Amino acid sequence: MHCHLDAPANAISVCRDAAQVVVAGRSIFKIYAIEEEQFVEKLNLRVGRKPSLNLSCADVVWHQMDENLLATAATNGVVVTWNLGRPSRNKQDQLFTEHKRTVNKVCFHPTEAHVLLSGSQDGFMKCFDLRRKDSVSTFSGQSESVRDVQFSIRDYFTFASTFENGNVQLWDIRRPDRCERMFTAHNGPVFCCDWHPEDRGWLATGGRDKMVKVWDMTTHRAKEVHCVQTIASVARVKWRPECRHHLATCSMMVDHNIYVWDVRRPFVPAAMFEEHRDVTTGIAWRHPHDPSFLLSGSKDSTLCQHLFRDASQPVERANPEGLCYGLFGDLAFAAKESLVATESGRKPYAGDRRHIFFKRKLDPAEPFAGLASSALSVFEMEPGSGSMSWFVDTAERYALAGRPLAELCDHNAKVARELGRNQVAQTWTMLRIIYCSPGLVPTPNLNHSVGKGSSCGLPLMNSFNLKDMAPGLGSETRLDRSKGDTRSDTVLLDSSATLITNEDNEETEGSDVPADYLLGDVEGEEDELYLLDPEHAHPEEPEYVLPQEAFPLRHEIVDTPPGPEHLQDKADSPHVSGSEADAASLAPVDSSFSLISVSHALYDSRLPPDFFTALVCDMLRFYAEQGDVQMAVSVLIVLGERVRKDIDEQTQEHWYTSYIDLLQRFCLWNVSNEVVKLSTSRAISCLNQASTTLHVNCSHCKRPMSSRGWVCDRCHRCASMCAVCHHVVKGLFVWCQGCSHGGHLQHIMKWLEGSSHCPAGCGHLCEYS
Amino acid sequence: MRIKGSKETLRLDKRIRVSQPLTRGPSAFIPEKEVAQANTVDERTNFLVEEYSTSGRLDNITQVMSLHTQYLESFLRSQFYMLRMDGPLPLPHRHYIAIMAAARHQCSYLINMHVDEFLKTGGIAEWLNGLEYVPQRLKNLNEINKLLAHRPWLITKEHIQKLVKTGENNWSLPELVHAVVLLAHYHALASFVFGSGINPERDPEISNGFRLISVNNFCVCDLANDNNIENASLTGGNFGIVDSLSELEALMERMKRLQEEREDEEASQEEMTTRFEKEKKESLFVVSGDTLHSFPHSDFEDDMIITSDVSRYIEDPGFGYEDFARRGEEHLPTFRAQDYTWENHGFSLVNRLYSDIGHLLDEKFRMVYNLTYNTMATHEDVDTTMLRRALFNYVHCMFGIRYDDYDYGEVNQLLERSLKVYIKTVTCYPERTTKRMYDSYWRQFKHSEKVHVNLLLMEARMQAELLYALRAITRHLT
Repeated sequence: MHCHLDAPANAISVCRDAAQVVVAGRSIFKIYAIEEEQFVEKLNLRVGRKPSLNLSCADVVWHQMDENLLATAATNGVVVTWNLGRPSRNKQDQLFTEHKRTVNKVCFHPTEAHVLLSGSQDGFMKCFDLRRKDSVSTFSGQSESVRDVQFSIRDYFTFASTFENGNVQLWDIRRPDRCERMFTAHNGPVFCCDWHPEDRGWLATGGRDKMVKVWDMTTHRAKEVHCVQTIASVARVKWRPECRHHLATCSMMVDHNIYVWDVRRPFVPAAMFEEHRDVTTGIAWRHPHDPSFLLSGSKDSTLCQHLFRDASQPVERANPEGLCYGLFGDLAFAAKESLVATESGRKPYAGDRRHIFFKRKLDPAEPFAGLASSALSVFEMEPGSGSMSWFVDTAERYALAGRPLAELCDHNAKVARELGRNQVAQTWTMLRIIYCSPGLVPTPNLNHSVGKGSSCGLPLMNSFNLKDMAPGLGSETRLDRSKGDTRSDTVLLDSSATLITNEDNEETEGSDVPADYLLGDVEGEEDELYLLDPEHAHPEEPEYVLPQEAFPLRHEIVDTPPGPEHLQDKADSPHVSGSEADAASLAPVDSSFSLISVSHALYDSRLPPDFFTALVCDMLRFYAEQGDVQMAVSVLIVLGERVRKDIDEQTQEHWYTSYIDLLQRFCLWNVSNEVVKLSTSRAISCLNQASTTLHVNCSHCKRPMSSRGWVCDRCHRCASMCAVCHHVVKGLFVWCQGCSHGGHLQHIMKWLEGSSHCPAGCGHLCEYS
Repeated sequence: MRIKGSKETLRLDKRIRVSQPLTRGPSAFIPEKEVAQANTVDERTNFLVEEYSTSGRLDNITQVMSLHTQYLESFLRSQFYMLRMDGPLPLPHRHYIAIMAAARHQCSYLINMHVDEFLKTGGIAEWLNGLEYVPQRLKNLNEINKLLAHRPWLITKEHIQKLVKTGENNWSLPELVHAVVLLAHYHALASFVFGSGINPERDPEISNGFRLISVNNFCVCDLANDNNIENASLTGGNFGIVDSLSELEALMERMKRLQEEREDEEASQEEMTTRFEKEKKESLFVVSGDTLHSFPHSDFEDDMIITSDVSRYIEDPGFGYEDFARRGEEHLPTFRAQDYTWENHGFSLVNRLYSDIGHLLDEKFRMVYNLTYNTMATHEDVDTTMLRRALFNYVHCMFGIRYDDYDYGEVNQLLERSLKVYIKTVTCYPERTTKRMYDSYWRQFKHSEKVHVNLLLMEARMQAELLYALRAITRHLT
């Protein structure tokens, strides 16, 4: 429930009996009664004709012993006490004008009826006895502004004060000369502090550095026991009654919510109240022994009562996940059980050694109990598959530009073949066929490579081999099997593929496929209907059926594996070559094969290369999806204008950046530079223009030369002289790394052609390469 | 190399021509030896310059500021951070924004400096032809630049919304905050440049042999434009010394009295309010009266200049400071300092959107506010807190920022009229500052102390601008 105030509130305080709340601000000072369903305005303390600055409150506090007694701190430095028992309309009781600057905080002694403490911007804390006209004692914070003062609840004589410079001081009320203890709690101002209502030594502080810290003051040195990182500077902090580890905070700026934290779980708030539309300026628990009601006042001119059970709990929305690499490249992944189960349709089953479900033992104090059920999967690295030498070799040997397209394709195909990557080689050859004049490719060569295609797969697929066969694979196999069935009698499919699909059938029969997952494949089934066409039609007359056949089929397979299956269908190595994943990767080869076998026929009918653009783009995407971004980028560069416009800029950019990143990881700087240079994407080509500045220091005084590269501002000497012509080098300067002599590039080159000694005459045998 | 050469000529070409200074040394107001003396002693300054200066040399501003090395460090550090370190804006943009800011006060010194830096960091030379040549996005900053420089209280969340509204030329909030910090910094720095009479930089190339053909009678910011008058006042300065001695005594006397009186004197709330209003109102007369005196022709001159060189970086050159008090008729609400303080609110916002700058600015403000050597002219062991606070709050008062806990009567007691004239000129129309104004207040005080005053004015102004701008951004966010 909430009620609208006339003006922004700066602070609120609750009466001892929890039935009334006082709201104070620059132009508001009212008491509201808290009723069942609403707040009822009971009293307006802002009386008098002219509003006085004494009424512009920075803070307000209600005495916890005497329900008639209130104190306010004014922005002009006045401390005012109010007695609700006065018969007149004006309840103002006393006025203390001792502070020179704004008073930030006032605090009543928890048990003593007449003791009031104030802390001000001028750096002083003053203790007032309400029976006297002026302060009893003054405590000096050494010229640093005081932001908060709080009497200890347990120690009769102790109070804590926090300062703008980040310090917290502990004082004994009887000893105004010096503080008992001082320590730096925060970086920047400490806006607030609160003593724990039960734990005698615990003090919570909140600062501008967005931290809430809990200090144990019982030890010799204040010890930080908990630390909560919030998202904005902390304006107020209040311990939650009856909940030892809970505290509520609100922030000074930007963030309008109120959070309740469990200090032991410092990353996610236990509860969150999101009602306010502007920063919350005051929070108070309604009753010192009731943890369920929280009151708050805000700059948006509202007063709210929050019920703890209505709070939103961010933890419910969180999806805890963990991912970690082991020392030897193993990968462990843990996620909430429900997530794993729903997303991949996988279920735990008996033979699964590595798929572990476990429940954490519940700790009664554990605030988020009941959520701790998670699934853990471990993926092992297959020995030998981690080698990426093929990548390096390919990168180095590929030709990307500078020759006619046909030659480039041939060259790259050759490279791929020599590295045993027949599918890739095949692709290159096909590209050549598509985009260059036909008839140059010897057919036997083709057949040969297709024969090998089944065992190559994409190298990146080898990276992981999931030891446990998760039933999620079912869907995948199902699809393949259906394909296998429909095509098993086509002449185009070679025997190995048939064999594989047969094996699939056996293997996947045991695993039950979730029904809903199959629904997702309806589209796939439709495509199978398409496929029926080519079967009925004789493969020898492909002119009109081929396009239909080839394209949708490929498409479907590439797009099928979502999420976790990625890893699984990458499982591809000789000894598991029977696995269904292999079939998946094989499928595109099949389709392309079918394409090739009819290529002559195609060209007879003069299909323009544009006709294939969509297909090529799909192919590129396929490679990129499979993790072989190298292929995608290389083809993109080689084909250039022919396909570029059909793939959207962002995807291209993404591929380029991934490939460049990979190249740089393998220290293939030259290749990566070439790729950058050849790229047509603006974002990529400007990579080479970034951070091109070379900073030089003067060789005499070792100072940086800022304005010009050849003369030092400081020692007015020319730093780089040519050892040959003895003039200043203003352009390219080359120097020997052995003797550090050098000069104009041209001069040095010329010199070293005739002599092997350093031109400076130092006797060093310089080398120029 | 050829490219570089052409850039060089371009740079010289784009520089705004400045008359050769009539005095030597970094400042036209301060005798060279005053600055130099302090300088030779100070190794630390050199170190700081090496560390943080963008141009790599000891410029005149730094030289003058080095009278207060402690402050200099935090100044250079924050300036370096906003110009060179991680930030949302590209380097050339930062310098261009600095140029735009300085152009609002026709501060050719800063403009020249940043034209150089702008080109050096790879800025597009064409932009220097004027605002029509820059991208719309930068041009959009004009409005806020104008308001911030002259009447920051007019900035509303609508201005912010207009800039960040999604579209082709929109600003992201971090970018905007960076820009605002730069703008405020360079407006304030322009105040310092004029307030301390910083001389144009001597170009090292020029001193290396070539001589700049001095442009006849072409004065842009003409710091020394009343040099003749100044000489006159120097001759007449003798009688001033007697005066000023007693002046100083009187000031100290007043400070002491204020300190003691504090307890007994109880001003009512109404009176406090009226005092603030009075101070606001009075600030209105302070210069307007004086301008007429000392600048019978300055407006005319300014206009001439504006149309020439500097104006290409600004729009609406006629827009200037207008007294906050005068606008009171429209009931512009007074900015209550306690409702939006730098420490609580400004810092958090600025640091959130442009990380770490908050700490640097915080340190700088704190430094300048707390800087003291406990001396006043010839007297030692004086607590100058009151004086510093009066200066700081008076500047804020002119921008309509009121501190509830400050008795504005103090301003009246502590700041004499000539000083008020100076303060108002430096913070509101810095380009009109003259040596005579500089000389006419606190005649007994050391130059370093006057530089300290300038630093206070500069920071107070910067904080005021930042507070208004950040408050608008906060309102936009909520």
